[in-house]
Amino acid sequence: MSIITTKDLFKIYNADSEIEVRALNGVNLDIQEGEFTAIVGPSGSGKTTLLNIIGGLDQPTSGSVIINDTEVTKLSSNQLIDFRLHNIGFVFQAYNLIPVLTALENVEFIMMMQGQAKDLRQKRAIELLKAVGLEKEINKRPNKMSGGQQQRVAVARALASKPRFVLADEPTANLDSKSTAQLLDIMAALNQKEGTTFIFSTHDQRVIDRAKRVITLDDGKIISDV
Amino acid sequence: MLQIIKIAWRNVWRNKLRSFVVILSIVLGIWAGLFIMSLTLGLNEQRMNGAINTYLSHIQIHNPKYLNDPDIHSFILHRDETLSALQQNENVKAFSTRANVISMVSSSKGAFGVRIVGIDPEQEKKVSNIYTMMKSGEYFTKFKRNPAVIGQKLADKLGVKVRSKIILSFQDMDKEIISAAFRVEGIYKTSSSRYDEFNIFVKRQDIDRLAKLQGNIHEIAVICPSINQVAQTTAILQQAIPDSQVRSWSDVAPELGYAQKMMSSAIYIFMGIILFALAFGIINTMLMAILERRRELGMLMSVGMNKVKLFLMIVFETIFLSTIAVPVGMLLSYLFIQYFAHKGIDLSAAAKGLESLGIGAIIYPYLPTHFYFTITLMTVLVAFISSLIPAKKALSLNPAEAVRSI
Ligand SMILES: Nc1ncnc2c1ncn2[C@@H]1O[C@H](COP(=O)(O)OP(=O)(O)OP(=O)(O)O)[C@@H](O)[C@H]1O
Ligand SMILES: [Mg+2]
Repeated sequence: MSIITTKDLFKIYNADSEIEVRALNGVNLDIQEGEFTAIVGPSGSGKTTLLNIIGGLDQPTSGSVIINDTEVTKLSSNQLIDFRLHNIGFVFQAYNLIPVLTALENVEFIMMMQGQAKDLRQKRAIELLKAVGLEKEINKRPNKMSGGQQQRVAVARALASKPRFVLADEPTANLDSKSTAQLLDIMAALNQKEGTTFIFSTHDQRVIDRAKRVITLDDGKIISDV
Repeated sequence: MLQIIKIAWRNVWRNKLRSFVVILSIVLGIWAGLFIMSLTLGLNEQRMNGAINTYLSHIQIHNPKYLNDPDIHSFILHRDETLSALQQNENVKAFSTRANVISMVSSSKGAFGVRIVGIDPEQEKKVSNIYTMMKSGEYFTKFKRNPAVIGQKLADKLGVKVRSKIILSFQDMDKEIISAAFRVEGIYKTSSSRYDEFNIFVKRQDIDRLAKLQGNIHEIAVICPSINQVAQTTAILQQAIPDSQVRSWSDVAPELGYAQKMMSSAIYIFMGIILFALAFGIINTMLMAILERRRELGMLMSVGMNKVKLFLMIVFETIFLSTIAVPVGMLLSYLFIQYFAHKGIDLSAAAKGLESLGIGAIIYPYLPTHFYFTITLMTVLVAFISSLIPAKKALSLNPAEAVRSI
């Protein structure tokens, strides 16, 4: 069943001026539960804009985003924060973690905001960190971990809230090829075993090769979807 | 909530140098503020205590007419009843009866208007510490005939020393001009040169005989066991001896009491200004910290940290940053003030000017405990108010903008 549907998404920057930018130029998209989808396209093609709008971080100029049965484009900003907390996992290119918290605390933090009990939180956080291969690193702070390790903590953190899907904007952009492969292995495994839906943007051909579905954007339009 | 506090606390220590600078500036602000406060209050307290111990005493009793015109005939009515009222009041620790006569004093060098204060030296020692302020000579110990103790300033003006002869001329009770020779037995110097040049002490029996006072007195100086009993005792005595005017030290010298009150408010204003300046430093630092961390804060909002939590986090962070300094600053100030309260601060370089104000050359800073509490409260309040601006700024961040990769 489809968990994300976008209808005629437009995002136009500087609409009334000479330098109007059509970051999204009518995007219609349907994403099914359990997908492992890459969004690709040249720089400036609108990948980040699309992910931000799907994730409720940004509002489209027109069009709508429906996640399950909720039209997120109609939610207030406070409702959106809450919606994100319970429905969407995020992995960003950088600045994913709270620097003053350990890996374990970072993963727990999101569950705490959801109001989960302490022992459950801790148990799940440890399981997730194990799943991303960081059982030895749980008490390290981000600055004591490599970039790849930090991104794996971010994946664990993104999954901690039991989201419906995970959005990852260029999660491997700052990683070397070994860490990239590791991170993708983990994401693919989670996708396969747990059925977690992943949508990620990337420039990296090796990442594109691992995706089950590849959506290509250019000038804010979908030009291919395979 | 606890987690938010924990994160806020740790965030304070992320940029150690910056936090340290802020904390240090607050510590120094508090320290400077409190120290100057304690100096001011100490100065005033000293001025007040000095005035009380030397020439005000706690309570003064006069004939009401004497206060308008210190005439020799305006002596205290019902002397014996008055004295027994004093003896019966347990809050009267000591008192001294004085016969005051306005007079002219002359030496070969000149003549000046003065007030003769006729005293019983042993009584007087219990209400005034002038006997401890002898620059030369003695305080009524040796001389048998007409001894006088005069102030340094007057001695200088008259050009006299111990053992010199001075002539006192005044009207007696019969309005006859009397001139009598006195011999300077001692020269005192209080912190007020204006007092020193005007007051000549003689034995009461001498002036009584010469002015034909027949035992009448013009002034009674009273000392209570402590300054706290003064107001109450004044009221009780006034009731017991309605024909006399009973005045507490603050009635006699209201400016001393006003000065105390005024200084307290001036001090709060002063501290307010310091805290106001500090608030700007705190706000500026926090705004910088937020700007630096806008991606991280954007990430927190993106993953679902709600506005209340974000707001609280910044509020706590700001409050921690600014209030860590409070105990340190308070302790430092306390120790510093206590140390100098015992040792005193020697201002003899500036003492000439101070003396005419009635202040000694050594200042003992003094700060009542309640000031520490009030300033702590003020600082916490300022910290809280300053935290609102950066916290509000954090809320205005747009998660999509903040999170866009560099
Ligand atoms: N706040 C903004 N104001 C104006 N234009 C913007 C703004 N944000 C993005 N754009 C423009 O929108 C277009 C799409 O940007 P977006 O970041 O979505 O591209 P992208 O595909 O993620 O690029 P990259 O691969 O470099 O990350 C670009 O032309 C960009 O310059
Ligand atoms: Mg991008």
